[in-house]
Amino acid sequence: MTSPKPQSTDQEISTSRVEGLPSRRDFLLQSSRTAAGIGVAALLGNLGHWALSYGADKEPIKVGVLHSLSGTMAISEVSLKDVVSMAVEEINVKGGLLGRPLKLVIVDPASNWDLFAEKAKQLLVQDKVAVVFGCWTSVSRKSVLPVFEKNNGLLFYPVQYEGEECSRNVFYTGAAVNQQAVPAVEYLMSKEGGGLKKFYLLGTDYVYPRTTNKILRAMLLAKKVPAANIMEEYTPFHHQDYQTIVGKIKKFAAGGGACVISTINGDSNVPFYKEFANQGLRAEDAPIMAFSVAEDELRGMDKTALVGHLAAWNYYQSVDTPQNKQFVANFKAYCKKHNLPDGDKRVTDDPIEAAYFGVHVWKQAAEKAGSIEVDAVRKAIYGQKFLAPGGEIMMDVANHHTNKPVLIGEILKDGQFKVVWRSKGLVKPEPWSEYTNPEKGCDWVTHQGTYKKA
Amino acid sequence: MAESLAPRLNAERNEGPVFWVVGFVLLFVLPVLNVLPAEDSWLHVSDFALNRFGKFLAFAILALGLDLIWGYAGILSLGQGVFFGLGAYCMGMHLMLAIGSEGVYGSALPDFMVWNQVTALPFFWEPFHSFTAAILAGLLVPAGFALLFGFLAFRSRIRGVYFAIITQALALMAWLIFNRNETNLGGTNGLTDFKTILGFRLSEPGTQFALYVITVLCLGGAYLLCRWIITSRAGRVLIAIRDSEQRVLFSGYSPANYKLFVFVISAALAGLAGMLYVPQVGIITPAQMGVLPSLEMVVWVAVGGRATLVGAIVGAVGVNLGRSILTNHFPELWPFFLGGLFVVVVLLFPDGVMGLTRTVSEKIAKRNVRLSKTPAVEEEQA
Amino acid sequence: MRRIVGLALVWFMVWVVTGGWAAEAHTGASPPMQLEQALKDLSSEEETTRDLAIHALIEQGDSTWLPRLDALRANADRSLRMAIKPVADAWKHRANLTSPDADTRRSAATDLGTSGRTVAIPWLEAATATESHRWVRYAMEESIQLLKLASDDPVVKAQAAAKLGELRSQNAVPALKTLAQGAGEPNSSEDQNHVARVAAVAIDQIETWNVWSTAIETLFRGLSLSSILLIMSVGLAIVFGLMGVINMAHGELMMIGAYATFVMQECFKLYVRPDWFDAYYLAALPAAFLAAALFGLVLEATVIRFLYGRPLETMLATWGVSLILIQGARIYFGDLTAVAAPTWLNGGTQVMVGVFLPFNRLFIIGLSILCVTGIYLLLFRSSVGLRVRAVTQNRNMSACLGIPTRKVDAYTFAFGSGLAGIAGWALTLVGNVEPGLGQNYIVDSFMVVVTGGVGKLAGTIIASLGIGGLNKLMEPSFGAVYAKVLILVLVILFLQRRPSGLFSVKGRHAEG
Repeated sequence: MTSPKPQSTDQEISTSRVEGLPSRRDFLLQSSRTAAGIGVAALLGNLGHWALSYGADKEPIKVGVLHSLSGTMAISEVSLKDVVSMAVEEINVKGGLLGRPLKLVIVDPASNWDLFAEKAKQLLVQDKVAVVFGCWTSVSRKSVLPVFEKNNGLLFYPVQYEGEECSRNVFYTGAAVNQQAVPAVEYLMSKEGGGLKKFYLLGTDYVYPRTTNKILRAMLLAKKVPAANIMEEYTPFHHQDYQTIVGKIKKFAAGGGACVISTINGDSNVPFYKEFANQGLRAEDAPIMAFSVAEDELRGMDKTALVGHLAAWNYYQSVDTPQNKQFVANFKAYCKKHNLPDGDKRVTDDPIEAAYFGVHVWKQAAEKAGSIEVDAVRKAIYGQKFLAPGGEIMMDVANHHTNKPVLIGEILKDGQFKVVWRSKGLVKPEPWSEYTNPEKGCDWVTHQGTYKKA
Repeated sequence: MAESLAPRLNAERNEGPVFWVVGFVLLFVLPVLNVLPAEDSWLHVSDFALNRFGKFLAFAILALGLDLIWGYAGILSLGQGVFFGLGAYCMGMHLMLAIGSEGVYGSALPDFMVWNQVTALPFFWEPFHSFTAAILAGLLVPAGFALLFGFLAFRSRIRGVYFAIITQALALMAWLIFNRNETNLGGTNGLTDFKTILGFRLSEPGTQFALYVITVLCLGGAYLLCRWIITSRAGRVLIAIRDSEQRVLFSGYSPANYKLFVFVISAALAGLAGMLYVPQVGIITPAQMGVLPSLEMVVWVAVGGRATLVGAIVGAVGVNLGRSILTNHFPELWPFFLGGLFVVVVLLFPDGVMGLTRTVSEKIAKRNVRLSKTPAVEEEQA
Repeated sequence: MRRIVGLALVWFMVWVVTGGWAAEAHTGASPPMQLEQALKDLSSEEETTRDLAIHALIEQGDSTWLPRLDALRANADRSLRMAIKPVADAWKHRANLTSPDADTRRSAATDLGTSGRTVAIPWLEAATATESHRWVRYAMEESIQLLKLASDDPVVKAQAAAKLGELRSQNAVPALKTLAQGAGEPNSSEDQNHVARVAAVAIDQIETWNVWSTAIETLFRGLSLSSILLIMSVGLAIVFGLMGVINMAHGELMMIGAYATFVMQECFKLYVRPDWFDAYYLAALPAAFLAAALFGLVLEATVIRFLYGRPLETMLATWGVSLILIQGARIYFGDLTAVAAPTWLNGGTQVMVGVFLPFNRLFIIGLSILCVTGIYLLLFRSSVGLRVRAVTQNRNMSACLGIPTRKVDAYTFAFGSGLAGIAGWALTLVGNVEPGLGQNYIVDSFMVVVTGGVGKLAGTIIASLGIGGLNKLMEPSFGAVYAKVLILVLVILFLQRRPSGLFSVKGRHAEG
């Protein structure tokens, strides 16, 4: 995982530099410490990488993992690194890819967006990886996007996202808005979902909630929901005090028929749900439909305030298929075997599954193409099918997204979901929403990415 | 609030030759190693490494400014990231407009405005069509903001811990505001996906090479400016303020004006750093101007050594290089390392790396040449 | 999607038209027979038949028939499941009206009120007669009137509207508004106009009431946020007053308190009888205090004591410590964790119509009052406090008089840290237990200390009341972010007038 760095050479370099300088004593002392601090440092970092790339065996295929392992996003992203490692191990056990083993190159962008760009550059330019699995937040993806496009890299992005993107170098294995948010709201409007009429769109203030809510609003208006019945509100990251907002929701929900569409992120969820319950609101008064709460986030949470509320995803750990049972068991066993935190108490969820099948889809495509060259693999991915833990998925034939089923689940006491609704078959991904950008499409086979529909 | 920092004007002696040597290495040796040796030679400095180093040097410019106010005037600002961010956003806005209609949406507006359903360019974006205006704004906006903030703060004699806390709150505030989407500054995603600067494509190694050289030159300029300030009479007043503001006040000087002056300079330097950072890194987000990054900037100076200009540069480059390397190999340990570095430096090496090397070198000099103790050492033992 | 909505509309119309005579159609057969038939009809392909069956079942069945429904549901397709749901819900709600638990009764009453099924009116009326709990009775009455509001008889309608106005029913506003709008339409009858006028009066009543209840709730929210700020910053302020040191790791001491609570909860889960589980929270109080205090003692002895008189360096060093603590917690405890609040702190109490006060917030307000009183007694009514105050006022003189200032420092610091632990303990009630816990509020509590000034308890109290109160006052109109920003601007402007806070020590000493 970590690559050996030749420490002895560090020493050699710094001494040799010092010897090379003029001999006047105080000048030497001054210069040596400064030079050691600056000039040599650059050479050293450089030398380290040189040694790394030189020492590397030509045989294995390098696979990059670009997930934050420290900082605020580590909570979510570490699990993805784990599952990608597991998938790579599975492939290696079965003889690798094209007769060559896979070798992981794991870097840590530390939840820092500009470090994401730097690390992506490093993976592509220095380590020359065949493919990268990574990113969680939209901003991290946006930050690495130019790097991937410039160096013609290949990124598998496993998290549901806001769409409106169509990059030649990215495959999106998570849901587009029409595969998660739109069906979820349609469900709530249906008789089965309660025939709800008032929608409180509440989110953390960043691009995913903003764009998702923009699409939802357009869709609700198109379905003749009066604008007065749609509220939209955003809180900053790590917002803790939801008293005022829950008060507003309470007023909004009075009279029934209301729901909350939540795109609240991470650590703000528990304060929100707790406040919601404590101010006397129940799931019957206004169910909360969440797009960012999955099993992995629920794992450590106090679930009492969340029970009965809803979430929409493309996969749950509780999905009842033989391959999912196997997958869940394997993941737990893998975490236990490698002494990862929480060991066999770990759970799987939608992004974990998406990250997992992403690796396998890439492998299948590379086998089909008979090469790991990016453009060849890219073309082979179109239309690729894979029996994922949640059921068979299909990579879209042209738009770099994934055809997936949509499932709506109710949160249970144990942090698992009971599926209450399931789409018929796979839902075709629409990177450009039919509600906000009806004229746009994404196609890399007959068009060059985003195109204007005739 | 007397800081127990020994006055060490003598620390700057002999920096002349060092300046030229380091400048030579940065300006000629590294670029030459980038261009000449074959790619697989160990002497070769890759484009990637040079680019990364350029980023560190941009940070070093900021560190110089921070050192100027903290090391020399005793004002601890925990909001330096704000000024950095303001400068960076000014440049970012220009680069954003320079994209033209090359973006994802093919609109003349920046992409994020399109998805934010903004139809006309907000008025405060207009000036940034011009590169010169962007450069000026990148210096003047942070400086102007520092002028206003500093005027309010120093006039009412807010200082020491109070000033630090207020500037920290400032960083939090800036982070909150820049994260909002309706401010039309890109929200959490910030500004990214730049294509060209002055018509040169940012993805070309040549452009990055030029940016690196410009960064080095700016760093040199910033260094000379700071050096000129601290060796001038104003610099001595500043050091006096650091050591006892009361006495300076009673001597008939107005500490507030001196502090304000140096605070504004440091803000402008931070803005300059931000402007150089953006085209090299290709993204600027509010995360870069929050509470934590601002505190980290203080670490650079503390590690390098306060009240030595070279120390600030060494600290900024060293800590960032350490971060780059450590996050590759021991991702979980980096916060321990950073935190530990801070405690250890403050507790054991209050003068940072430069102080440490000086102590060591002076001990060696004493043993060999049997020189008498220098005042600096006496102070440190006291 | 449009199809689904269309179908729902058709269904609704059919239901309205057929609803009236549905009950009569089946009166010929004896109830059980009729129910058997209706159960069969539920699976009918014909939508009208299904709806009739639903209606018959709701009216004549009761919860003793639930097992039959469950049996039917076991292998039902989607349309059958959807037919079963309203029946099962209605039966359950009806049964729950007599549940021993007040919350259950209340939920059932509210749900029946919004279900729109007028058959529930007699059930609710029967339940109201025997109901003793004030707010459950209120919910029942409200539901009865809401159902009556949907009646066809304009007299009943008008009565219901008037009654709802008297009840100040928030839930009735949307329905009343629809009625009130009916007045303006050209072909509206005299009856309709009358109802509309009554509805308009009722809306007025409800909205006037609303203004007051919102004001009270805002006040309460401000108080609640203030008490959180107070409990967080009081320890910080004492240490700042005594030693001039701002402890940047204060937030992480809170985190330690919160994790102590979490660990205590896990221990209770493992070793203690389940019915005593709630006691973990009380047991965690001393644990949180001691864990944080102990850590504070260590921090003082290893870092802070070497930095006396260098407040800026202390800030930086303690910040380094905080980084280490955060990452340590992240590695050891891993993910997002939270504690389950004890059952007696879940939910809340209704004090008047529209004003609902959560228990956990009330608890924190009470706790902060208790803490401040305790600190006051300790500082101003005990000999230990006398020493602390002496050192705060004049360190050198106190030392001359034989007060062991170093010891006083160490213990005060530990005490302040312990208070942070208590704050962390209290914060678990409203949020997560996570490594970044301390970071979320810490800048706010710094602001409280800076605004409050050095060494005066009153300053801290007033500052937290001011900052918390203003925050909540501005939040509804400006939003959370701009409220915070405005507060900061206000604090800076305030410091213009009083550079060292609300209460500052006068004279040379203040210049430090």
